[in-house]
Amino acid sequence: MIELQNVSRIFSVGDQEVAALRDINLKLGDGEYLSIMGPSGSGKSTMLNLLGLLDRASSGNYLLDGGNVTDLSDAELARVRSEKIGFVFQSFHLVPRLTAAENIELPMMLAGIPAEERKPRVARLIESYGLGARADHRPDQLSGGQRQRVAIARATVMNPTVLLADEPTGNLDRTTGWEVLKLLEGLQEQGISLVIVTHDAEIGARARRRIHMLDGRILSDESSGA
Amino acid sequence: MRLTDTIQFASSSLRGSPTRTVLMMLAMSIGVAAVVVLTALGEGARRYVVNQFSSLGTNLVIVLPGRTETAGVGPGMMTGQTPRDITLDDAEALLRSPAVSRIAALTVGSATLSLDALNRDVVVLGSTPSLLEVRHMKMALGRFLPPGDIHDSASVCVLGIKLKQELFGNDQAVGQWVRLGDRRFRVIGVMASQGESMGFNTDEVVIVPVASAHQLFNTSGLFRVLLEAKNRDYIEQLKHDAEEIMFQRHSGDRDVTVITQDAILATFDRILMALTMAVGGIAAISLAVAGVLIMNVMLIAVAQRVKEIGLLKALGAPGRQIRNLFFAEAVLLSGIGCLAGLALGYLGSAVIGQIYPNFPVSPPWWSVLAASATALGTGILFSVWPARRAARLDPVAALAGK
Ligand SMILES: Nc1ncnc2c1ncn2[C@@H]1O[C@H](COP(=O)(O)OP(=O)(O)OP(=O)(O)O)[C@@H](O)[C@H]1O
Ligand SMILES: [Mg+2]
Repeated sequence: MIELQNVSRIFSVGDQEVAALRDINLKLGDGEYLSIMGPSGSGKSTMLNLLGLLDRASSGNYLLDGGNVTDLSDAELARVRSEKIGFVFQSFHLVPRLTAAENIELPMMLAGIPAEERKPRVARLIESYGLGARADHRPDQLSGGQRQRVAIARATVMNPTVLLADEPTGNLDRTTGWEVLKLLEGLQEQGISLVIVTHDAEIGARARRRIHMLDGRILSDESSGA
Repeated sequence: MRLTDTIQFASSSLRGSPTRTVLMMLAMSIGVAAVVVLTALGEGARRYVVNQFSSLGTNLVIVLPGRTETAGVGPGMMTGQTPRDITLDDAEALLRSPAVSRIAALTVGSATLSLDALNRDVVVLGSTPSLLEVRHMKMALGRFLPPGDIHDSASVCVLGIKLKQELFGNDQAVGQWVRLGDRRFRVIGVMASQGESMGFNTDEVVIVPVASAHQLFNTSGLFRVLLEAKNRDYIEQLKHDAEEIMFQRHSGDRDVTVITQDAILATFDRILMALTMAVGGIAAISLAVAGVLIMNVMLIAVAQRVKEIGLLKALGAPGRQIRNLFFAEAVLLSGIGCLAGLALGYLGSAVIGQIYPNFPVSPPWWSVLAASATALGTGILFSVWPARRAARLDPVAALAGK
């Protein structure tokens, strides 16, 4: 359960101030499926980064599972990210010199989980994401769809409660994009919260809850009955 | 993050850019090797001098005319006035010290040595029979100067092996007569080859009784008196006795210098040690340069891997962990470079040792330690800034590659 209370994010560019988010109030329940849409520059990515605790609000409060995490230290935020949040990026962000399996293993390695425990978890994910033959391939030997599947496996390997995806299909062709979307939706059905930022109205419309943004504000917040 | 994982991840990033990694390690290893080889040379020079000194004799106390304040090398040469001579009687008197076991008086000059039509200029040593034992010399043929009165100017001489070869070839030399200046001497012995010792080649000298040498050069003063103490513990007492005896005999003037071989040795030791350390220090500067190179490479690595750093942060790595990863890279770089450098340094020293077998080259333990510490130290020190810079990157900007 995530709650943003009167959150603003203001960037200073030279002597100018750019308000990327203005006075946002938002509640995200566990297991929700939310899409964020809006024109370029409306603040979608900024919102996602804030939700993912990668960025800090200029003002306002962030409550996570009832606790206020607004003033946690960087190290504490990193810990929360490690345990509760998974990111999926438009450009995949795989480490080029590591194999698919090693990329998936990375969050567990950073969290200090022993190798014996890591290997079976990676193996299971590789199997269930249909990457079996690709486990030892490096990112440049994989197709876009395969790369994004590796990235999704990496995002879920720590069993997060929230999955944040910023235009996850943006770099993929239509068919592959749909496959990746189906994968993400499957995860949501298993109980994870899914937030997708997208430009694609068709994709955005699939979410049970849809937010439209404009100029740093939430323009509309619609939910369709389950 | 576990230590083994940190090291593995760091080494994978080093392997990610092999050329750069190898060049860095090369720079580091050349620096370390330079320190090791240069200090090995310095240490070799020091040991060489020490060996040379001990080949001159052991437990020696040396009395020489003239007074210098510092018991250094070559006393008497700096002071302007001609000091009072040390006479043969003085030398004999020195035997009164209970600490002395042997003495050898020494006079040096040069004269023309001739046999029939052959002649050449040679260094003539006037000395006493004990010189043989005091200076640890060996005979090849015949015998050394005969025992007897120190004032006895017998016309006998002992030839260095090289002179014997030049004059007599393979013919019988002992018993033959040669001419030194305007006087005839009978050859009674030939010295075995002693090789070079302290720039004084005993293979090319003629040794005659000290009184004969005084007549030959028309002098009465000794160049030096070598006293051998009964053992190591008597050296200081002998030095003191020698000073007192000379003080009495020279009617209350302290106009001779008494030095111990140990003191000279210690001086050389200090000088050469300082030299070795200076040379090693200069070589260590190249390590600092390697350190700056490491910093440069790490900064480039941070810049090139901004996105990766952003990703690691998004995946839950705190700044401290990022810093440790870059630290680990620097430690691996300088550590492996250092090991390679030590290997290279030892190899270089071994090669020099092969080329100059008489020169005891070996890297001193302290330089190996210091080189390693400097290599690792600069590697770590110069990676602090890049590592902190990486740790402090803003994750959102880093992910965007900014
Ligand atoms: N680091 C920054 N410094 C200054 N301004 C920024 C920064 N990041 C974002 N902005 C500004 O904040 C506003 C919102 O940016 P944001 O990236 O959230 O938009 P977006 O909705 O994700 O756009 P797009 O659809 O193009 O990805 C924009 O006006 C942008 O210029
Ligand atoms: Mg965006």
